[in-house]
Amino acid sequence: MSKVRVLVGTKKGAFILTADGKRDKWDVSGPFFAGWEMYHLKGSPADPDRIYASQTSGWFGQIIQRSSDGGKTWETPGGEKIPQPGEFPSGQSNKFVYDTSSATGKPLTTHQFYDGTQHPWEFKRVWHLEPSLTDPDTVYAGVEDAALFRSTNGGATWHELSGLRGHGTGPQWSPGAGGLGLHTIILDPSDPKRMYIAISAAGAFRTDDGGATWKPINRGLRSQYIPDPNAEVGHCVHHVAMSPKRPGTLFMQKHWDVLRSDDAGDNWHEVSGDLPTDFGFVIDVHAHQPETIYVVPIKSDSEHFVPEGKLRVYRSRKGGNEWEPLAKGLPQSNCYVNVLRDAMSVDTLDPCGVYFGTTGGQVYGSADGGDSWTAIVRDLPAVYSVEAQALP
Amino acid sequence: MIRVVIPAHLRTLAKVEGEVKLEVAPPITQRSILDALEEQYPVLRGTIRDHGTLQRRAFLRFYVCEEDWSLEPPDTPLPEPIASGKEPFLIIGAIAGG
Repeated sequence: MSKVRVLVGTKKGAFILTADGKRDKWDVSGPFFAGWEMYHLKGSPADPDRIYASQTSGWFGQIIQRSSDGGKTWETPGGEKIPQPGEFPSGQSNKFVYDTSSATGKPLTTHQFYDGTQHPWEFKRVWHLEPSLTDPDTVYAGVEDAALFRSTNGGATWHELSGLRGHGTGPQWSPGAGGLGLHTIILDPSDPKRMYIAISAAGAFRTDDGGATWKPINRGLRSQYIPDPNAEVGHCVHHVAMSPKRPGTLFMQKHWDVLRSDDAGDNWHEVSGDLPTDFGFVIDVHAHQPETIYVVPIKSDSEHFVPEGKLRVYRSRKGGNEWEPLAKGLPQSNCYVNVLRDAMSVDTLDPCGVYFGTTGGQVYGSADGGDSWTAIVRDLPAVYSVEAQALP
Repeated sequence: MIRVVIPAHLRTLAKVEGEVKLEVAPPITQRSILDALEEQYPVLRGTIRDHGTLQRRAFLRFYVCEEDWSLEPPDTPLPEPIASGKEPFLIIGAIAGG
């Protein structure tokens, strides 16, 4: 029987939730890396027992952790002894250095800061890790200040794909309230050279040549809170999702507005429809039904918790515009949590499992595509990220 | 032997308990101690000093014989009690919150 593993990153450590294919009884292991902020954990599609984790701290900076046994044991790749002169260089898995080489064609030194002035790029942390679809040793990292890095040796060393920052609009990118983070990385299963990323607050970008060159894909986004609401960049994209069954169709939760694109991001149109509020962070797509999507509407601009004290996932079976609230098993009074951008995931079993974590420390799961929910665990630290894996 | 006390999170990361003891060739300075510490525990590279600039991370302080040496030049020789191992070199995380 198939199994499910859910990787949970929280403000104070990581947890791993496991169940069989029925998904009604769960084991909770952890905390791993107790006390550290765990921004994201994700397993390799090519080897599900290879898991990468971003461990970070305001005091001690960035650490990359790697497991090769499904999270039972962990290692810091590149943590070997410093080599003697003449020996092969050791890895430095937490060394993220921005590319300032002449090969980029221009110095990539500054971006726009909160006050409108130009500010140097400064590495702060890894927000998102995206393992390759085919190679367990290749993994991408989206970092703050926004940039995309790639490792081809299991996370031991990292190199920036500087064509993203260098494509031309980089100096116009400015941080959102949470920082200038590259938080979304989507690999296209039908085209190994196509990749999508999103940045708060710059927008969405696409490469069609494996990361060498990039272009903004924000046509159709409209953001009232920026000087030019239809600008090429500057939009606070919160998350983007794509069904591997229908590459090229993308769904976006922006700071305000839920949108879709059916041409790989070249054009977007709003599908917020009858949502109670079109602000939110997460968005995800059903594993088997490419027109079934999920969001969690959030009250904003300032509150950042669910409306009316009721935790409700909204599902559209028509790719947007028409939404239904999913509340069975979720608290419907006195609930004031948020669901952060990387804190929802689906598994690939049938029926599709849907999972999300809250800033109140609950992780909810549905084994029936969202019709009903149960709390897998209730009292974790604030949940930053949730990633589900279906295992044979 | 040079004695070094590191924050609890870094002890976990380096898989050590209590004080760290290091063989450090003279001169005994902040730089020579940190170089030796990172050589013995490579996982600590980047957690105390920036990888590139080797600047102290903002929320860490270095204490020597009950004095804050964080802003002293890294190559200044440290006092005899540190060099002889009578006193530990302290790496302390800033306390945040209330």
